[in-house]
Order: sequence, then structure tokens, then C-alpha cells
Amino acid sequence: METDHADAGYLTAQARIRTIPVGLTVQKVRERFIEFLMFLCAASSIAITCGIVWVLLAESWHFFRNISLVDFLTDTQWTVLFENPRYGIMPLVTGTLVTSGIALLVALPLGTTIAIYLSEYANVRVREILKPVLELLSAVPTVVFGYFALLFITPLLQQILPDLPGFNMLSAGIVIGIMIIPYVSSLSEDAMKAVPVHIREGSYAMGATRFQTAIRVLIPSAFSGIASAYVLGFSRAVGETMVVAVAAGTQPNLTLNPMEGAATITAYIVQVSLGDLPHGSVAYQSIFAAGLTLMCMTLVFNIAGYLLRKRYREIY
Amino acid sequence: MVEPENIEKRLSNNRRFDTIFAVIGLISTFVGMITLAALLFDLSTDGLGRISFQFFVSFPSRFAAQAGILSAWVGTTLVMIVTALTAIPMGVGAGVYLEEYAPKNWFTGLIEINIANLAGVPSIVYGLMALGLFVYQFKFGQSILSAGLTLALLILPIVIVATRESIRAVPSSMREAAYALGATKWQTTRDHVLPYSMGGILTGVIISLSRAIGETAPLITIGALTFIAFLPDPPIKGEFPFVSFDWLWSPFSVMPIQMFNWVSRPQQEFHLNAAATGLILMVMTLLMNGIAIYFRYRFRKRIKW
Repeated sequence: METDHADAGYLTAQARIRTIPVGLTVQKVRERFIEFLMFLCAASSIAITCGIVWVLLAESWHFFRNISLVDFLTDTQWTVLFENPRYGIMPLVTGTLVTSGIALLVALPLGTTIAIYLSEYANVRVREILKPVLELLSAVPTVVFGYFALLFITPLLQQILPDLPGFNMLSAGIVIGIMIIPYVSSLSEDAMKAVPVHIREGSYAMGATRFQTAIRVLIPSAFSGIASAYVLGFSRAVGETMVVAVAAGTQPNLTLNPMEGAATITAYIVQVSLGDLPHGSVAYQSIFAAGLTLMCMTLVFNIAGYLLRKRYREIY
Repeated sequence: MVEPENIEKRLSNNRRFDTIFAVIGLISTFVGMITLAALLFDLSTDGLGRISFQFFVSFPSRFAAQAGILSAWVGTTLVMIVTALTAIPMGVGAGVYLEEYAPKNWFTGLIEINIANLAGVPSIVYGLMALGLFVYQFKFGQSILSAGLTLALLILPIVIVATRESIRAVPSSMREAAYALGATKWQTTRDHVLPYSMGGILTGVIISLSRAIGETAPLITIGALTFIAFLPDPPIKGEFPFVSFDWLWSPFSVMPIQMFNWVSRPQQEFHLNAAATGLILMVMTLLMNGIAIYFRYRFRKRIKW
């Protein structure tokens, strides 16, 4: 009886010893499995990019088999939905450039000024309140901004410019500009904040005011960060859709005059998507060609921004 | 030679300009806030009168006064459920992997650059991708499932970045303590790193979902309907098996698209409906952002390393 009990104890102990490595292996397998799952999550971002590039290129490929690239880039008419369709992307590109140009004219000076103010002038309490409130601007749904541009800013502008049509690029551009202020100001401010204090102190020691320090020392030192902020602002402005679709009209119009209405690339995509186009038609493929053009535009600016940053990067 | 009086003069000029710039800076900051206030005021004066119980339980209609946002808010809710269930696990998983597990090699570097770039891709391009891939390639159709997945991919970078930032704030002494007691990497992550960084992750998730709620363009691109007078299949059924996922395949509309549809109409009365919808959208997104800011503040205050 005694020995039996001891035997059993011995056996269970042995069994336990044997199960420890088994338990460890199970745990190891589980660890590896979880790590693999999370790796898949991270790698899925690459799949998204590949998906975007593949869809845009594949559908545009079908489009450019029917329409020559030369016509696409040089024709001055974009009348895809008409009886005799013409496929010149230029009117949409000018529309996009004019609205984002106005947006940048609003957002860059205001955003930079705000960044300087928040990083150099405002005390901690003021900044803690102003910054989150400012960032709410980028949280407002863009379609609401579209409503605001069409039914508030345009009538307001019409008081000053009586000839302004109901759909115009000016009000859309101004509203987009206000919308992207937080992107510009937040990133620029972060960049200015990252400039080491001793550089600032050096400037103050020479008797410079805060303004002089900001303009002559901080902005050059933080240039690479500020440039990224500008590039991000531009990407947002170019890709902005609902404001222009609501307030700038849907008529392709080859003009650089912001007082006119004109469709942008994004507004065209929305306009086509709202209709019921058969899958596989040239008009269906044209929205992918338009999307590809949009991606190329942002890509060019991102590369330009990258080169600028590389050229003027300051390392402390 | 600069005369001493001139130096005095220049200094006082500089100082004056410094003060002027402080005022300019403050005014610039107020431009944003005045816009926000004007926006709320404008939407309220136009839309407040239209908001009633009836507005929430009516389908859109040819008659502006009878139209409501029932199908739109149900659609928004269902799409957001799909988006949240996809984007949160994926985003948190990716963030944890990149911070805790990823080896330093070219592939990790590629993933990091890629996520930064994805954040700059215009939202409508995500819509085009979803149209080609989800709607036609995978044959999900113009459904709630396609819409939810599209928005999930759109906000994925935001969730990943928020997760990484808050995980990075957890001091490594916490991890070392867990390892010293024999915890595995996953146990350490699950029981220590993730709970400590929950505040930051939650903030990021709320902000990203508030962005997804207002997103319009990609959903128009994948073929959301602008006029829809029925509800998707209910997810809970009376008979066995009691739950149904048919609603995933249902056509849909969401609130921003409903608003876009109304604001695009020439009639004044529909603009009032648009304003009412816009006001509801604004209040929802501002509320979500307010909660996120509060969370950030609370968690920052509570945890002191």
C-alpha cells in the first residue's frame, strides 16, 4: 500500500516532468502562431498598396487600349458621357490644380503662422486649448464642408463679387484651405518644437525677437518637417472630393480662372460613380485612368518634397 | 556706422513687430475657430427645425418635408460595425507586431514606409481600389460588406500609428519585469503592454472611426445608393439559427451620402434636410473627438511611470 502510493507519486512526478517540455512546445507553437497572425496584419498594408496599384494599372491598361495616351494628355475636351466622347484629361487637371492652388494659398500662410504662434508665442495653457479645437477642423465630415462652401461661402463671396456663379472653384478652394490648416499647422509645429532649445537660445542671446528667431532660425532649421507638412497639405487638397463635388460644379472646364466652375478629377469620379455605368465600359474604365492621374500628381509632389527635404535636411 | 539712436529705433521697431505678429498669430488661429462656429451656426439655423423623431424614422422621400434618414443611419451603423470589427484587430495586431516583434530588416522597413505612404493616399483612390477588387473581383457586390471593408482599409494606417505610439510609451522596464518572471513574449504583450497602452489605442480608434463616419467619396465610388427606401435584413431572426448575416450583402446608403444627395438638389427644402443631416453628423463626430481628447487627457494623467 505504502509502496503503491509512493510509486504513484513517483509516476505522476515523472509524468509531470515529461509534460513540461510538451507544454513548452505547445506554448512555443502558440507563440509562433500569434506572431504569424500579427505579421499578417502588418503585411496586409503592403497588400493594400499592391491592390491599389494593381487595380489602377489594370483598369487603366484597358482604357489606354481604346484611347491613345497622346489624346489623353493633349486633348482639351473631357466629354466621356456625351454622344461623341473626347478623352482629354487636361480640363480635369486644371480644375484640380486651381482648387488645390487656392487651398494652399489659404492654408500655407495661415498654417505656418499658427504653427509659429503655437510653438513660440502661446503659453502652455493656451496651446492645450487651441490645438485640439483647431484639430476638430479636420474631423468635420468633408461633405459638411461642401454644404458650407456652396450655401455659406459662395453667397458671402457673391456680396463682394456679384458676377460669381453659384458653382465656382474659389469658394471650394477657400474651404478646402481652411480644412487642411490643421494638417499644415500641426506637423509644422511639431517640426519647430523639435529644433533644439540651444539654437533658439543662441538667437535670443544675439538680441533677436521671437519673430526674428522664428523666421530666420526656426523655419530654416525645421525646413524638412515643414516641407512634409506642406506636401501632406497638398496631397489632401488634391484628393479632396466632396467639397469640390458639391461646390465647384461637375462641368469639365479648361480654365485657370477660379471664378468659374469646373470639375476636378475627384468630382468626375464621383459624378460617374453616381450614375449606373456598366462594368467594363470605356466610361467605367475612365474613372480608373482619372484615379491613376491623381495618384501620379500626388506622387510627383511627394517625390519633390522628398528631394527638397533631402537637400535641406538639418541634423543636430 | 550705425548710430546709437538708430539701434534703439530698430530694436523698438523689432519689438513692436514682434507684438504685432503675436496678434496676427492669434487671429489666424481664430480663423479656424470662427469657421467652425459659423459652420455650426449655419447648420443649426437651417437644419434644427427639421430634426424631430419623425426625421429619424422616415425613409427618404420625393417630398422634402416627409423625408428622413432612417435608411441612412441604419446603413452608417451597420457599415461602422464591419469597419470596426475589421480595422481594430488588424490595426492593433499590425501595430503590436511592428513595435514588439518585427525584426530589423528590409521587409519591416518596407512595411513602415508603406504605412506612412498609405496615410497620404486620397480616400477616393481607396474607393476605386475597392470597386475593382471587392465589388467585382471578389464579387462582394455593392454591399455593406464592401463598404465596411473599404473604410476599414482607409482607417487602418491611423489605428496602426496610434497603436505604435502608445505601445512605444510603455517603458521597457515593464517588459523586463514580466520576462524576468518567465512570461513569454505574447503573455507580456497581452497582460502588460496592451493594457498600459489601451488609452492611446482607444483614442486612436475613436478618432479613426469618427473619420470613417464622415467619409463619403469612397462609398459613392463603390456604388452606395443615394435613394433607398428599405432596410437591410435584420441581424437577429425569430427562428433557428437566430442570427443572420444576410445584411452584409444588402445595398446601403450612409448619412453623408444622404446629405450629399440632398445638397445636390436645387430645391431649397431639400437643403434644409441636408443641413439637418449635416448637423447630426457634426455633433456625432465632434462628440467622438471630444471623448477621444478626454480619454487622452485622462490616461495621460493616470499613468505616471
